[in-house]
Amino acid sequence: MIEVRQLNKYFGDLHVLKDVDLKVAQGEVVCLIGASGSGKSTLLRCINFLERAQSGEIYIQGRLVNPGKDDLDKIRQEVGMVFQLFNLFPHKNVLENVIEAPVMVKKIPVKQATEEALALLEKVGLSDKAESYPSQLSGGQKQRVAIARALAMRPKIMLFDEPTSALDPELVGEVLAVMKQLAREGMTMIVVTHEMAFAREVANWVVYMDEGRIVEVSKPAQIFDAPREARTREFLRRVLQTNNQQSATA
Amino acid sequence: MGIFEWSATFYGLLVASAPIFIQATILTLKLTAAALGIGILIGLVFAMMKISTNRLFSCIADAYITVIRGTPLIVQIFWIYYGLAPVLDVPAFWAASLGLAIHNGAYIAEIFRGGIQSISRGQMEAARSLGMSYLLAMRRIILPQAFKRSIPPLGNQFIIGLKDSSLAAFVTMPELFMTAMRRAAHQPGYALEYYTIAGAYYLALVVIFSFLVRKLERRLDVDK
Ligand SMILES: Nc1ncnc2c1ncn2[C@@H]1O[C@H](COP(=O)(O)OP(=O)(O)OP(=O)(O)O)[C@@H](O)[C@H]1O
Ligand SMILES: [Mg+2]
Repeated sequence: MIEVRQLNKYFGDLHVLKDVDLKVAQGEVVCLIGASGSGKSTLLRCINFLERAQSGEIYIQGRLVNPGKDDLDKIRQEVGMVFQLFNLFPHKNVLENVIEAPVMVKKIPVKQATEEALALLEKVGLSDKAESYPSQLSGGQKQRVAIARALAMRPKIMLFDEPTSALDPELVGEVLAVMKQLAREGMTMIVVTHEMAFAREVANWVVYMDEGRIVEVSKPAQIFDAPREARTREFLRRVLQTNNQQSATA
Repeated sequence: MGIFEWSATFYGLLVASAPIFIQATILTLKLTAAALGIGILIGLVFAMMKISTNRLFSCIADAYITVIRGTPLIVQIFWIYYGLAPVLDVPAFWAASLGLAIHNGAYIAEIFRGGIQSISRGQMEAARSLGMSYLLAMRRIILPQAFKRSIPPLGNQFIIGLKDSSLAAFVTMPELFMTAMRRAAHQPGYALEYYTIAGAYYLALVVIFSFLVRKLERRLDVDK
């Protein structure tokens, strides 16, 4: 479905992705974990070509993408992305946010796009918010609109970059619930997250990144209970510790 | 002459000259509208060029803005009027409008550039991630937001443009300032009065215009 081979990305002298290999099969959910600055966002952004890697190959649905020649706009239609800070269009209401790309890019008639959008909003539990503006929504609602907006293009793959990191703790659950639902329906997903419980429950594979390298790719049970790599174990120990502290103080 | 008599005289001149000054006002408004209309188009194009990753485009935009901001408006109007207009047979009205437009365009370009750059990068990324092309994302997502944020400084520039249109007098346009000059030449004893009358017309236009801009700002909720 998606395959990344020997990807290298530099920002100036900074080597951010180092020989990254990653394979995601149809219908799989892959969770990407790792410390801040380890290159998780950059990897996602390279996969939908918001960033251009200096070397390496990216296959989407079995086809090698040639970023110099291929129509990247077309490829991005197949690869939905959800951002940490939602990035809803503030001058458009919820419905307009969702139908914007289908109507303007795919030229779907407004009436049909609206029907599909309303169905998607119902799916993410926001039927009653179609006419609201983003500024009138909570963070959790915004992120669910952002998911509906991405789904409206009927992507084959969804990329999530820390979709719940900017949310108040009590709003995280509603967004994760939508993502779990998507996973159950067979959506192929790559999710950068610090929600270890989500990863354990939903992921087919958990990928641990450190300093631009993929250190370990394991089944969730393995990586959380008996990580193969010492670095993974160290990272998880630190993360779970802070998580526990947070829930203790919360 | 006491203040009372002066006021009476001034009032008499104001009323007597009203027909001709109102006509001049219409010309001033036409000049301003043409100049700012074209200026907005110029500003939009050069703002887009300036933020472009294409070095050639951004250099051209830089050069344009530097030259226009670095030379006096009256020189620019004369360039068009004496340089371009005779060659291309452009009527004086359009020569003046174009000179004003090229001038205002440089400032408007900077206003739009600021507006565009004030929109968070995430907006462009979200639009691109949905498969929108750069230009479509600009047109549908970035520019509407940037334009809204540009309204306050744009209103300011419009006021400057309105007053600057008085320089069209020097290329034969019988607009407000030219009208005052002609009347003053006719009745040299009343020069001060006629220039004051012209000033009052500008002031009235600026006050009305500021009011309209404020109303628009409130309607569009610019702060949000
Ligand atoms: N546009 C950029 N220009 C220069 N350096 C960048 C840019 N984007 C990211 N970097 C650097 O690349 C490295 C990887 O960043 P990235 O955002 O991919 O990390 P991350 O794993 O997503 O971290 P976080 O968990 O904090 O989101 C960091 O050192 C970051 O400072
Ligand atoms: Mg990140």
